[in-house]
Amino acid sequence: MRKFEERFFKVLMILATIIILGSLFMILVAVVKRGLPAMSWDMVTKIPSGGFYLGKEGGLLNAIVGSLYLVLGSTVLGLIIAIPVVIYINVYLPKKSFLADITRLSADVLFGIPSIVYGAFGFSLMVYFGLKTSLFGGIIAVALLITPILIRSMDEVARLVPKDLKDAALSLGATRYEIIRVVLKQISPGITTAILLSIGRAIGDAASVLFTAGYTDSIPTSLSQPVATLPLAIFFQLSSPIQEVQDRAYAAALILTLIVLALSLAARFYSSKFSKNKI
Amino acid sequence: MIFGTHTKYRVFKDSLARRIMLGLTVFSLLLAVIVGLSLYFKSSSILHEHSLWSLLSGSSWRPFKGEFGFYPFIMGTLWVTAISIFIALPLCILTSIFLSEYAHPYIKKIVFPLIDILAGIPPVVYGVWGILVVVPFISEKLAPHFVEFSSGYSVLAGGIVLAIMIMPLIISILIEIFAAIPKELRDASLSLGATNWQTVKFVVLRKSLPGIVAAIVLAVSRAFGETIAVLMVCGNMSAVPKSVFDSGYPLPALIANNYGEMMSLPLYDSALMLAALILFVIILIFNAASRIILTRIERRFAL
Amino acid sequence: MNTRLLKSENIIASSMNNGKDVFLLEEGAEAQVRTLLLQKTKLDLTAPHISVKNLNVHLQKKHVLKDVNLDIPNKAITCIIGPSGCGKTTLLKTFNRLLEQSVDVKIDGHVFVDGEDIHDKNVEIINIRKKMGLLSQRPCPLPMSIFDNIAYGPRIHGNRNMKELSRLVENYLKAAGLWDEVKDRLHSPANRLSIGQQQRLCLARGLAVEPEIILGDEATSALDPISSKKIEELFVELKRDYSIILVTHTLRQARRIADYVVFMYLGEVIEAGSADEIFNNPQKELTREYISGAFS
Repeated sequence: MRKFEERFFKVLMILATIIILGSLFMILVAVVKRGLPAMSWDMVTKIPSGGFYLGKEGGLLNAIVGSLYLVLGSTVLGLIIAIPVVIYINVYLPKKSFLADITRLSADVLFGIPSIVYGAFGFSLMVYFGLKTSLFGGIIAVALLITPILIRSMDEVARLVPKDLKDAALSLGATRYEIIRVVLKQISPGITTAILLSIGRAIGDAASVLFTAGYTDSIPTSLSQPVATLPLAIFFQLSSPIQEVQDRAYAAALILTLIVLALSLAARFYSSKFSKNKI
Repeated sequence: MIFGTHTKYRVFKDSLARRIMLGLTVFSLLLAVIVGLSLYFKSSSILHEHSLWSLLSGSSWRPFKGEFGFYPFIMGTLWVTAISIFIALPLCILTSIFLSEYAHPYIKKIVFPLIDILAGIPPVVYGVWGILVVVPFISEKLAPHFVEFSSGYSVLAGGIVLAIMIMPLIISILIEIFAAIPKELRDASLSLGATNWQTVKFVVLRKSLPGIVAAIVLAVSRAFGETIAVLMVCGNMSAVPKSVFDSGYPLPALIANNYGEMMSLPLYDSALMLAALILFVIILIFNAASRIILTRIERRFAL
Repeated sequence: MNTRLLKSENIIASSMNNGKDVFLLEEGAEAQVRTLLLQKTKLDLTAPHISVKNLNVHLQKKHVLKDVNLDIPNKAITCIIGPSGCGKTTLLKTFNRLLEQSVDVKIDGHVFVDGEDIHDKNVEIINIRKKMGLLSQRPCPLPMSIFDNIAYGPRIHGNRNMKELSRLVENYLKAAGLWDEVKDRLHSPANRLSIGQQQRLCLARGLAVEPEIILGDEATSALDPISSKKIEELFVELKRDYSIILVTHTLRQARRIADYVVFMYLGEVIEAGSADEIFNNPQKELTREYISGAFS
């Protein structure tokens, strides 16, 4: 009886694992199966002509470039906030500090806030300052979304910096500001991982850019112009009645999936740790 | 005294940097407060017109007549969330136990990266999969056995898609919790002649119960807020779903779908902001609670 | 004592003091210098380098240092001995004010270095630390090249001249007896060195900020016997120019190299005196028991 129970649950567990992994493969297969036939050279080199919703010609260059701009801007902005915060709570504050603890908790909590809320908040900020949907607005909203990820995943490695290392530099007469360089160098693989993770999140998120970045057929030339993004290219074009436009959506889904896969593999290359802050 | 001024300069730089960084840290702390307050101010005008209770319990959503009942949307959210947790939780617990207690390190080495990939897939791609696979499956294969007609765009479809989206989160937390349980406890149970499964059942699961609860709470809050993927497969009809094959209209989808037009109607804008505020507050509380539990667990076992 | 030897000594001394001259020992002279230096230094406690007055330290409400009064002699090796947990390391970290990095610390009393109270408000903490080089239990190279490790101190203290830096690096690597082993790979990462080499690198790095005092926190305990012997020899050479304070719980090491010994027990200084007094004629029963190995 005990043996039967043991075996029964083991089979059940393996089944569950297979179902979960199977769903991953189902997703990938579905995306590739519909996306691959829709892929063409034009898809990645041309902007849509005749309107992204109705025009049959053209490709996704607007969304690809737009997503890159957006990710670049928001990652830089996110790092400008996140690195000082991580340094402050790990270099300037003592090991057990209340401020450090609530900063970590608040980053955890902010990390859980859905992107639609950041989108709505970003939008209300823009209304307040009289801004229209633009690359700038998108960058702000996405930066809000990824800053907690950056803080938490960099903090995780910064916490592991041995106290001896900091003490060694301090005992040479360095100020805490001067040991920042040492600490950053020590955690640089962790910073890379954090950046890759947040790029993955930033490039795939639709809800935060929905009202802040807008959508356009062209490639923006300034921060104040609206910008197309890959997730919204999928979301909008999928609902079009025209087959060619829908194909563009599937191609965009394939491109986005490939980018995210590459980022995930790269992040794993830099850190082989399985961590809650990656998800 | 060149040396003296140099030292002073260095000390000045240090204290300047400290102040800037402290400022940014406090800013990051205040961010949640700022978000909450601004959503509250934005939604205050509708709260002046209607009581919160009447908004939450009202079932009629006719913005142009000034009727803002959130009840169908709250129910839509609850349905989708409940279905997703119902599907995801057993699978995740079984998989996590398998990975942490049974699986060969070699298997872990393959499975962990795959789960990471699953976690990284953007919501909109989940939505595409939902439309391509889940929705047709429900309308053609599953629903005909139970109801006369279903388009497939249903709370069930949303629940399934969402279940898969939250699985990586649950699994990663569960594995961490199981890993935190001291090996001595397992050894003690095994040396009393318990089988592997009995050890899991009586020692591992029992010991990690608070952690599992925290993981569920976190997963619920994640499911509450998910927008795009659910929006794409849920049908978005503002009526309370009667079965899993009915359409639903969760709160995040309501916000996302109506943002463009709301500007013309101030109260409409305010109502959607209230929806965002409701999401924000619930998720904030859930998240904070589960994170506090999880940190406690981490600390207790760390000692 | 012949003149050649005297000259080499002077060269060593001057190079250590200002770090500007490259010193080169003639063949054979080095060994002679070493035997000369190995003689125990005469202690002069009329002008102590560090003077501790009524020092009390509480760490997380625990009273870890109790009424410590202590004089550390100038240009000699002082060994602080005692069972683990007696407050040796805490005392050491009070000297260069590293202790303040910990949580919930309360420090009362005075520590005078060169007659200056290090806890005085007007004293700049980085200048105190610059006066003391610290060698920790495990070597802790900074995540950069060998060269940059040594140059780190001079650089932060404002020396940007590359030529001068190269000379300093060579100089101090030589002083730490590491130059010949690393001169061909100065720009490879420091953590590729063996652990013994790393500890000598840390010593050289500490010397490069031109301190007056060297603090060692069980600096040889993580090393193999040969590496730790090398470090010990270096200490003996360096005491010509530096006051060296070592925390150790290997009594044999203290016997070998100490000029002055401080015995601590449960946060109190039980006895302090010349190595000869402490090891051969301790005044306190507790010291006698510890020296004889009754407890450790």
